[in-house]
Amino acid sequence: MKQKIILRVISKFLIPYILLFALYVQWHGDFGPGGGFQAGVIFAAGFILYAIIFGVDTVRVVIPAVVTRLLLVFGVLLYSGVGVAGIILGGNYLDYNVLAHEPTHGQHYGILLVELGVGITVASAMITIFCTFAGRGPEDPEEEV
Amino acid sequence: MIAQHMPIIQIILPLMAAPVCLIIRHPHVVWIWAVAISLLCLPISVSLLMQVMDTGTIVYELGGWAAPWGIEYRIDTLNAFVLVIVSAIGAVVMPYARRSVEKEIPVSRIYIFYSMMLLCQTGLMGIAITGDAFNLFVFLEISSLSSYVLISFGTDRRALTAAYRYLIMGTIGATFYIIGVGFMYSATGSLNIHDLSTLIPEMAGSRTVQAALAFLTVGLGLKVALFPLHMWLPNAYTYAPSAVTVFLAATATKVAVYALIRVTYTIFGTVDFLDIVPARDLLMGMALIAMFVGSAVAIYQVNIKRMLAYSSVAQIGYMILGLSFDTVNGVAAGIIHLFNHAMMKGGLFMVLGAVMYRIGSVHLHDMAGLGKKMPLTMAAFVGGGLSLIGVPLTVGFVSKWYLIQAALEKGWWPVAALIVVSSLMAVIYVWRVVEVIYMKPAGQAAENATEAPMSLLIPTWVLIGAAVYFGIDATTTVDVAVAAAEALLGGAR
Repeated sequence: MKQKIILRVISKFLIPYILLFALYVQWHGDFGPGGGFQAGVIFAAGFILYAIIFGVDTVRVVIPAVVTRLLLVFGVLLYSGVGVAGIILGGNYLDYNVLAHEPTHGQHYGILLVELGVGITVASAMITIFCTFAGRGPEDPEEEV
Repeated sequence: MIAQHMPIIQIILPLMAAPVCLIIRHPHVVWIWAVAISLLCLPISVSLLMQVMDTGTIVYELGGWAAPWGIEYRIDTLNAFVLVIVSAIGAVVMPYARRSVEKEIPVSRIYIFYSMMLLCQTGLMGIAITGDAFNLFVFLEISSLSSYVLISFGTDRRALTAAYRYLIMGTIGATFYIIGVGFMYSATGSLNIHDLSTLIPEMAGSRTVQAALAFLTVGLGLKVALFPLHMWLPNAYTYAPSAVTVFLAATATKVAVYALIRVTYTIFGTVDFLDIVPARDLLMGMALIAMFVGSAVAIYQVNIKRMLAYSSVAQIGYMILGLSFDTVNGVAAGIIHLFNHAMMKGGLFMVLGAVMYRIGSVHLHDMAGLGKKMPLTMAAFVGGGLSLIGVPLTVGFVSKWYLIQAALEKGWWPVAALIVVSSLMAVIYVWRVVEVIYMKPAGQAAENATEAPMSLLIPTWVLIGAAVYFGIDATTTVDVAVAAAEALLGGAR
């Protein structure tokens, strides 16, 4: 689809706003509708749109497989790490109250970090799944992930 | 401070270790990492069991939210026992996996394999540890999804169809389970298993709750591979990589049986079943058929892995039969068999893994004459086989002894007779293999076979040795199982 100039221009124009909207959904998730999962999907949608228009190989230049893999891991570890921090600071697993001096602040930090972990993992999982399916030719069954 | 957090550490240790495998990537280092984690899980679960036996139920509230609003981990004797089974099998399989996996899985994918093994263990232990019906579903999905991936690693292309079939059946099972949980939630407004056990009896007459029971039983029946819902099991076990077969055969169905016990005895424990639906009679009928169909089909298999898979279907029948008695002895017999079968079937599949490693096949005619070429491995097969039959001084005898006692206690001597007859069928399928490996001259495949390497032999003998040890000195297992059964039924009546 590289020759369709309208698609190229419009998608290039839209992608920053898609990513921005994803970040809004991510950070505003604890006050309004939204949260890590939705934000992750919207964020990944930006990359997937780019991949559809400019090709999977091009998007892999922007975000190589090694990066999505690290982010996948980082998100999960961020989530569970917040839980472990709760234990270390004297509460139970995933107890946000102990994360800051004030329980309400602790709650705030806790949910933001956990949702960030969810968002990162979901976004990188979506990108990985799309690229794995779309990029899988008959010749190269091994690479990806 | 650490002791208080043991329940959650049991779960987050393998859960956090699994993604780290994707960073390490080096096949050998990943293996060391997985072995270290699985070896750490075992003492944690043993200490939990000891703590439960000493001081009673342990409750751990996640995030400090009190149940029934928050998720709690609630560990009683039964949970702790199942945790020990899963973590012990994990601790034996991981060291075993290295040689076997090197041969059966492409080097570039080994790190995913160990990541999935750890996730699968997380899921199975999570099912056992959690006190929340919905959380149980989440862990069920973690363990199932990772086991689909693990099965599809098999070298045979049919592994893919086997994994796909298991995926479809397993998803139906999980969906039925979650529908059942949804119905219970709509009727009671609670997802906490302990809370449900007090709320459900008052609503036993409600159609919603009855439908919930039906969905839960069928859904978990699929996961248990109870006849006639066992169709996914033989292919999945046959075509999965050897180490995966060992792990899944010894743990996955056992944990599903545990979940079924939770539903029928904890949640619906105080409901008088016979007034509503003869659920336990139905389970007994299916269990008896499973014992015979499983054994009968096993007799005709030439692929020994498949033979043992069908034998598993029969053995699951014994466990469910014990549960369906609805007495302390019956349930205890089921729980004892849960543990015993994990050891002997795990050991037997490990033997086949070693055979696969050496001769690249587990077909009966290829195994001719292996008794002389691989004496120690084949001796382990005989040990496991004797246990499968239920010869005295093996764990199989202990399970069947308690099962028959429980049947006689109820005056159901035909059931006791059926248990004996189906054990005789096990003699036939075990003897077929023993005859070929010891009495036939070595064929082409077995010609140059040598004894299996130590890294495969030692784990195999650990399990077979345990099967003999707990067959001679069954007091530990019986005590734990009886305590668990009394706790399950004692609360009820």
